Amino acid sequence: MSARVLVGVKRVIDYAVKIRVKPDNTGVVTDGVKHSMNPFCEIAVEEAVKLKEKKLIKEVVAVSCGPQQAQETIRTALAMGADRGIHVEVSGKDYDNLGPLQVSKILAALAKKEETSLIILGKQAIDDDCNQTGQMTAALLDWPQGTFASEVVLEGDKVKVIREIDGGLETVRLKMPAVITADLRLNTPRYATLPNIMKAKKKKIDVVKPGELGVDLTSHLEVLRVDEPPQRQAGMKVETVEELISRLKEAGRM
Amino acid sequence: LESHSRCSIFYQTRKYVRILKAFQGECLPSYLCASRWSSTTAPAPRITTHYSVCPRDKDARWEGVTMERFADEADVVIVGGGPAGLSAAIRLKQLANQHDKELRVCVVEKASQIGAHILSGACLEPSALIELIPDWKERGAPLNTPVTEDKFGILTKKYRIPVPILPGLPMNNHGNYIVRLGHLVRWLGEQAEELGVELYPGYAASEVLFHEDGSVKGIATNDVGISKDGSPKDVFERGMELHAKVTVFGEGCHGHLAKQLYKRFKLRENCEPQTYAIGLKELWLIDEKNWRPGRVEHTVGWPLDRNTYGGSFLYHLDEKEPLVALGLVVGLDYQNPYLSPFREFQRWKHHPSVASTLKGGSRISYGARALNEGGFQSVPKLTFPGGVLIGCSPGFMNVPKIKGTHTAMKSGMLAAECIFQTITDENFESRTAGIHVPKYEESLKNSWVWKELYSVRNIRPSFHSYFGLYGGMIYTGIFYWILRGKEPWTLKHIGEDSNQLKPAKDCTPIEYPKPDGKLSFDLLSSVALSGTNHEHDQPPHLTLMDDSVPVAKNLAVYDGPEQHFCPAGVYEYVPLESGDGMRLQINAQNCVHCKTCDIKDPSQNINWVVPEGGGGPAYNGM
Repeated sequence: MSARVLVGVKRVIDYAVKIRVKPDNTGVVTDGVKHSMNPFCEIAVEEAVKLKEKKLIKEVVAVSCGPQQAQETIRTALAMGADRGIHVEVSGKDYDNLGPLQVSKILAALAKKEETSLIILGKQAIDDDCNQTGQMTAALLDWPQGTFASEVVLEGDKVKVIREIDGGLETVRLKMPAVITADLRLNTPRYATLPNIMKAKKKKIDVVKPGELGVDLTSHLEVLRVDEPPQRQAGMKVETVEELISRLKEAGRM
Repeated sequence: LESHSRCSIFYQTRKYVRILKAFQGECLPSYLCASRWSSTTAPAPRITTHYSVCPRDKDARWEGVTMERFADEADVVIVGGGPAGLSAAIRLKQLANQHDKELRVCVVEKASQIGAHILSGACLEPSALIELIPDWKERGAPLNTPVTEDKFGILTKKYRIPVPILPGLPMNNHGNYIVRLGHLVRWLGEQAEELGVELYPGYAASEVLFHEDGSVKGIATNDVGISKDGSPKDVFERGMELHAKVTVFGEGCHGHLAKQLYKRFKLRENCEPQTYAIGLKELWLIDEKNWRPGRVEHTVGWPLDRNTYGGSFLYHLDEKEPLVALGLVVGLDYQNPYLSPFREFQRWKHHPSVASTLKGGSRISYGARALNEGGFQSVPKLTFPGGVLIGCSPGFMNVPKIKGTHTAMKSGMLAAECIFQTITDENFESRTAGIHVPKYEESLKNSWVWKELYSVRNIRPSFHSYFGLYGGMIYTGIFYWILRGKEPWTLKHIGEDSNQLKPAKDCTPIEYPKPDGKLSFDLLSSVALSGTNHEHDQPPHLTLMDDSVPVAKNLAVYDGPEQHFCPAGVYEYVPLESGDGMRLQINAQNCVHCKTCDIKDPSQNINWVVPEGGGGPAYNGM
């Protein structure tokens, strides 16, 4: 039981905040906007901490990639029970271009460096909705993956994952080391209470640069433009079925 | 069908009653009291589940739950990370560093980040900031817009009558800055952290703790993980206790802990009741052609009638984009229960002089907050054993100037200086476990804050004559501009704001125009722009002392004024499922923490308590 778990946490714009597109259409306004930990990452941290409390794993390491503020998100993970944190410093243009491919390269490098048995991530981030990082990380490491996990059970050197799929629930057994991504029903994350936040201030956060891990951050994607979704048009109420048919015919839909 | 469901509930209730009678408890939790169900009139639907109204020690669902709290000690604990609280924290640390003393200063703030619950015009008089941090400019304080133009007008439905602002009038703004106060507070937070202040945003102080001798011991933060019906969830955890030698309360206008302290320490015995106004504000990105950075515009008159105190502001900010901050302030001593400050604000924007500025622009933010207007006459006793009150909580706003930030900051600084002197004085022996710092009140009364409040003390009350607005303006012109407030009398306010409403039958409903979606908007889309949110599965924090009063009194006599004055649509009177009668629905998630309901409720039945920390609006530089 020398298992170490790596948990990835992402700092995203809070889900309740109204997003505003920058006037130059290059992205969304983030300056001064309320940010918080991605909800699926919270679930991932909770699962890792639960495994530690059951004494099935030894150490939980929280990782985040981003500018200085990413450390706040790592602190929240530490307050929830992670043992130490790793802040991979990425800022400026590099941060704007940071996507799932770059993050999975970083996580793969860290996993090898830190002798990890399990990587737990959120299934997707609520800002880009990519749902790619977990899968790419597993591929880069050539590890098995259990995505959309709604239940995780450690069985010796294997892990049983019940996955939520379109058809229902699928159970897979993976040989560790493995990658798991957390779905909504996996658990209910605990609160980061004040005494734990105070204790978290004493826990260690190592700062690493991507270059030190041998990771190349060049992106093969270029964002051309960001626009607001089109305004929803008002609907039309009709009194009878005949009127509905005639309107559809008028609009050329029939 | 209705009687059948009532019957089955009655039988279920009897089963629970039998089970509970086996427990020791003296009285049954109210929701299981059989007598309620067997009464002849329809019982008031249960609304309030918060433990401040339904105590947990008598509630069977809390049996066996550990209620112990983790406790920690600091030298000074400050409740509220606003201008006053942060100024106090910064001043304390400056003094500690200056005198080479160790001082642990902790600030607890209910917003998720420092500045997220701050809302103000704002036109800042930099006097207090210069005293606190003389090199504010080099340190990058966000005072980017010096005032260049000051305009004042009286609005009628179609026209605007300009009024010259002569130097010497309280609303003259030469030397001041238009700021986004949320950003300034965020910067103050950074300065505080650099000095070693421990900032804890996202944690609300929900309870005041007392020593055995009755003095204040500190505060406890909110419990988390209580479900909407008041029962504990799996993730339930008690809040934490922070003990301090002195606790500084800087909760802003109408703080909920201050409300308790007033009662307990009888701090309001020798002052008039506080009077308030509600301020609604929006930020707009406007067409560059209409943008005049540095311009400050105020109006009075339309859409408010001459007996409803209030006015508007429109400030042109000079930050990278053509941004204006605009809003309407409405005195909460208004009489017509149908008045909706939100809808007055929305229709004010249609006035030709305002619409011309906003045309082609887009709204990016919305919010609201109560502010105090009582001034000199309403300042309570500021100190008590173990604690002090600073900032807008006791209320130091200069009403005609519409500025309270500089006085709030100064009060925080004075409190810090007096507290520091007292707790580092080796010869000082406190009579109470929590240290009493009466020097602070003395010091405030000898400072420019007091002189300023004294000189403008009669302006707000002068509105209460038959001449209303015009009487007030004439009074200001004669007594303030010429005599500088030196007249020997002090006018009184007219009493509590909550007592001013006339019954609905004596008033006419106001016809508000429908929002056009370009200049004026509906309530719900505005609330969405405030970014407000709360953990949905928690007891509503708008608690009612008596669940039956809203329908029986507020709706019956005053047509439910809370559905009109709440700027976030929290209160709605909806028909009962059974069809006959109405019930009050509280949409606690929408709350923007403005405190207007606690102030204006004619039955004083609504008690605003703090929800789980981190909830509430997510203002960005408001």
